This record gives sequence, C-alpha cells and structure tokens, in this order.
Amino acid sequence: MAQKTETKKAGLPAVDTELARRLLGDMMLIRRFEEKAAEAYALGKIGGFLHLSIGEEAVAAGATSVLRRDDYAISTYREHGHCLAKGADPRRVMAELFGRRDGLSKGKGGSMHLFDKSVNFLGGHAIVGAHLPLAAGVGFAINYEGADQVCVCYFGDGAVPQGEFHEAMNLSALWKLPMIWICENNRYAMGTSLERALAQTEIWKFGEVYGIPSEPVDGMDVLAVRDVVGRAVERARTDKTPTLIEARTYRFRGHSMRDPAGAVYRTKEEVEREKLRDPIALFRDKAIKAGWLSEADVRAIEKDVNDRIDDAVAFADASPEPPVEWLLTDIYKED
Amino acid sequence: MAKLNMVKALNLALLQEMERDEDVVVIGEDVGVDGGVFRVTEDLHRKFGGKRVIDSPLAESAIIGTSVGMALYGLKPVCEIQFSGFAFQCFHQIENHAARYRMRTQGRFHCQMVVRMPYGGGVRALEHHSESEEQFYAHIPGLKMVIPSGPRNARGLLVGALRDPDPVIFFEHKALYHAAKEDVPDEIEALPLGRADVVRHGRDLTIIAYGAMVRVAREAADTLASEDGAECEVIDLLTVSPLDRETIVASVQKTGRALVVHEAPKSFGPGAEIAASIVEGAFLSLEAPIRRVTAYDVPFVGFARERATVPDVGRVLAAARETLAY
Repeated sequence: MAQKTETKKAGLPAVDTELARRLLGDMMLIRRFEEKAAEAYALGKIGGFLHLSIGEEAVAAGATSVLRRDDYAISTYREHGHCLAKGADPRRVMAELFGRRDGLSKGKGGSMHLFDKSVNFLGGHAIVGAHLPLAAGVGFAINYEGADQVCVCYFGDGAVPQGEFHEAMNLSALWKLPMIWICENNRYAMGTSLERALAQTEIWKFGEVYGIPSEPVDGMDVLAVRDVVGRAVERARTDKTPTLIEARTYRFRGHSMRDPAGAVYRTKEEVEREKLRDPIALFRDKAIKAGWLSEADVRAIEKDVNDRIDDAVAFADASPEPPVEWLLTDIYKED
Repeated sequence: MAKLNMVKALNLALLQEMERDEDVVVIGEDVGVDGGVFRVTEDLHRKFGGKRVIDSPLAESAIIGTSVGMALYGLKPVCEIQFSGFAFQCFHQIENHAARYRMRTQGRFHCQMVVRMPYGGGVRALEHHSESEEQFYAHIPGLKMVIPSGPRNARGLLVGALRDPDPVIFFEHKALYHAAKEDVPDEIEALPLGRADVVRHGRDLTIIAYGAMVRVAREAADTLASEDGAECEVIDLLTVSPLDRETIVASVQKTGRALVVHEAPKSFGPGAEIAASIVEGAFLSLEAPIRRVTAYDVPFVGFARERATVPDVGRVLAAARETLAY
C-alpha cells in the first residue's frame, strides 16, 4: 500500500551545528557553482546547453545527506547539484562543463553527462526517462552481489509520461530493489506545464498502483526532504523496499540557457512568488532562529563556498583542452 | 566432442560461461522457466535459478536499460530480445547508453554485455519476425555486431562476445538454429571477434557473406566450380562490425572480382560498406564492378513471398556469372 502519511519520523539524529553547516553549505555550493556556470556560459566558455537547478538545491542536499558515500546516485541532465552533493570535486565538475581535460570525463561528457566513479555517481542522462531502467539495473546488481547499498534515482516530472518510468517502477516493486525514486517536480517539462502533460498530476500516486510506499514532500524544505528520503533509505537498506518520492520544487531559472528566465510559459508573478520559498533562505533563517548556526557561521560558509567556486573556475580555466587525438579513444577497449 | 545444432551449441556456451563466471546473468522474456522461445536458454533456470536467469516482463527497453545498469555495477548481462524485429523498443537504450558509456566517460565506465537476437527470414514468418537489421547496429560506434553461421562458430563467438569488454549485438539466424549439427568440442572455445574466416579458397571471384547467406554462397560456389569451372573464394565475416577489411581486401587483390550477399535490404546496407572498403583497398585489382545480392528495398514481405526477396542460390549464381563474364 502507498503510504502518503507516515507519522513516524526517520530515525535520524537531531539537527546540530555540524549538520546545519553541511546542508546549508551544500545548497550554497550548488547555487554558487551554477551562478558561476551561467556566467561562464555567457562568456562562451561552456558550449551546448546548460540546465540550472537554481531553486531546487534542497532536494539534492537533503537526499544526499542520508546517503553513504558508496550508495549510488543517478540523474538527469539537470544534475550538477546531485553530482556536487554526492561529493564530486567542484573543480573537476566545472572543468567538465568547460570541456577541459581535467574534467570528470576528461572533457568528453559535458554538462549533461557528469560521472564520478569515486563517489558512485552514475551520471547525468540527457534522454528524459531513459535512465530509470538503468537505475533499476543498479538496484538489481546491488541485490545480486548481496550488498546493502541503495540507489537514488532523480528524474523530473517530464519523465513521468514516458513508458520507461512505468517499466522501472514496475520492476523495482516486482523485484524488490533498494531504490529511492525521487521525482523533482518543478511543474514544467521545458515549457509544458504538468497539467498539460499528465492526466494524474499527483505524481506520488503512481506509487500506489505499483504497491510501493510513496509520498509527496515540500522540495523547498531541506529537512523535510532529508526526513522522507531518510525513511526511504531505511526501507531500501533493511528490507529492499523501493519508494517513490515526489519532491515539489521549482526552478527559478529557465529550462536551459535558451530561455534564461523561463518567462514564456509562466507568469512573472508566479516566479516571484516561488522565489519567496527559496530553500537556501528558508533554511538559513531556520538555522539561525533555532540556534544551529550564527550569522557569523553563515558568513563563513558563504565565504568558503565562494572561495571554492572561484577556485573551481580558475582550475577549469587553467585546464588544457583535450588533445585532438582523444577524439578516437575510448570507443572500444584498446589493447 | 558432441554433435550439436546451433541451439544446443549456444546453450552450451551460456552454460559453461555461467559456470565459470558468476557475474554472467541471463535476462529476457521467457528465458527462465520457459527456456526461451527458441530454447537457447533451456535448463539454465533449473541449473542457476531465478537470480541468474531472469524472466523479465514484456518490456524491451527495461531489459536493455536494466542490463546497462547491471553492467555499470560490474555484472555481465546477456539479454535476449525474442525477435530482432522487437528491438526498436530498446534501440535507444542500446544506442544512447550501452554503446556510449566508454566514450562518454573516457573509459571510466563501460558496458560489458551481450544482446542476443534471433534474426532473418526464410522460416515462413511475418513482419517483425523475419527482418535482418544488422546494418543499424553495425553503424553505431561503440557496438560490435556478430553473426555466426553454424553451431561451432556460434558457440565460440558467443563465448568470445561474453568475454569482450564492449557491448556486443549477437544475431542468431532462425533458419540455422536446427539446420545442421556439427562437432562442438567439450572444452570451452572462444573465437576472437572482428576476424573473418575464409571458408572456401579460390582464385576467380570473392563471395562475401555471413549468417545464413554463407551456406547459400558456398552452394553457389560449388555449382560454379562444377558447371563453370570457376573457383570462388567464400568469406564468412562472422563479425560484421568491426569489419575485417584486411581479409576481404587480400582476397579481392587475388581474385579481382567481388560479390556481397546479405539478407538486409540493399541500399545503405553492409554490402555498400564492404564494396567501398574493397574499392579503397583493392582498386587496381578490380576486373569487374562489385555486385550485391540482397533483399530488395522493401519492408519484409510475409511468408508467401519471402522466397522472392531473401537471396537464394539462383540469384547468387546469376550475379556471380555476370561478374565473372564482365
């Protein structure tokens, strides 16, 4: 049965200064990273497309905070935040966006295809919905090897009408895979609103038909995300029960840099209203009010984040372009 | 050594590799309890259990997609797509994911997996159950495309494919499954991918074929020897991609004439690539235009007229005689 309302809280430790610092730091790191990436894009340092998750940072930060380093995460093309939160080095992520040889994939993957084996981050995927079966395969392999890892799969509301969403939900329930399916519902598949794309807009309800626990969560509240994902991770790790989570969030920027403001298909008033739910501001205020962090702590985190991202940009700038001979390498295993 | 047909030979390859390597798992529709639509996976479920021989739902994209995920984790999945004509449901998983991870991640991730698909016509089936689509897979960088022509090389090539660190599309011709028995050694035999086999030596004409067309080519060559006094060299490609250009070019440099036979439609098919390779490598040796005997450029026609489109000995003979007389 689907369990929308589960009163039990996850067995997670209470928030303390250390955790508050991590959550705020991760969210601010993702935001600063993407602000700088947008600047670099405007300067022509990044080619192709660039999909920013500004506004959605609480999902990546909250979910990753309950994962182990050896747990798996797999994502979409809007994956900078998931990759950074998982522990990838921002310098190497930025270098990958710049198409440089010190990037995570030596500059051949780019913004939409970040992979980091050292933290079991299994990639951004550009084809909407196509990575969900892959995630199920990872879940299968975890069970096959008798491991106790879990696999978190992020996808957008745009993936839900795809057949592969349903194939993957079915398999995860049927085969009891240690999956946490996290739908980042930002209400627009590029320019098409949820209501224009889905007959059932309460996405978490799709969990009901597959008989797996599922629930919606305020995706702008990092602690709420942490709690719901924490419970899902417990279920996945202890009895291989998959969970579908609908994290209700919002992207403050456009779909990609082609529509920087995302202004055609949504009103300015709506965007401004949503910005009042800024997950970073909300958590910062809460942390200060609760006494987890002081104003000075917040300033120190901000300075540290800015320094790290400045360093990442400098690193990416300094990294050479991949040699042209690499054009022909790694197509097949070379002898 | 045992006399086995191709089904039993493929089954033996899977059995022995699963015994040898616990990372090998089999997944597909009805491959487990049922034993597979063509019985290639028969008894594997009984021997290895449902954990390693996985009956998937009818969801081709999920079969390939989950296998890619398994491979990223370190397993070596062998997927069965019941008929190659069903593979368009999962084509994008093969093309977008399996074929590309090594390049996309600069070798940090790769997909060691085999996708087995029965293909080909001549078995009185209909559309979706008779096509030859090797050209689609051969065209994709990052994939290997293998097609055996008989029980022994089917067994050896499947073992070779299972041990290959890159994704392999493995086509099995339905008309060959029960066509002949051959001596297949008991001990594991792995054939290298990417190497063609000269199955008949000759000096007058090179006939290049693979899969079920090898038998057609050899029969035509025998007839040409007895009736025309022409000695044909017949090359069994075994691996369509990467193409063994060296063997083909060396043969045509000797014979000066070439004929390609395949079941896929003609235009933009493997024959075009083979012909271009011959022109590039043996231009000054050519005595006649390179000819292709293929299916026509039409969707596969049903069983009532399939004999008219799948190349047969008569069509190969006619084309060979024109080439020899040029």
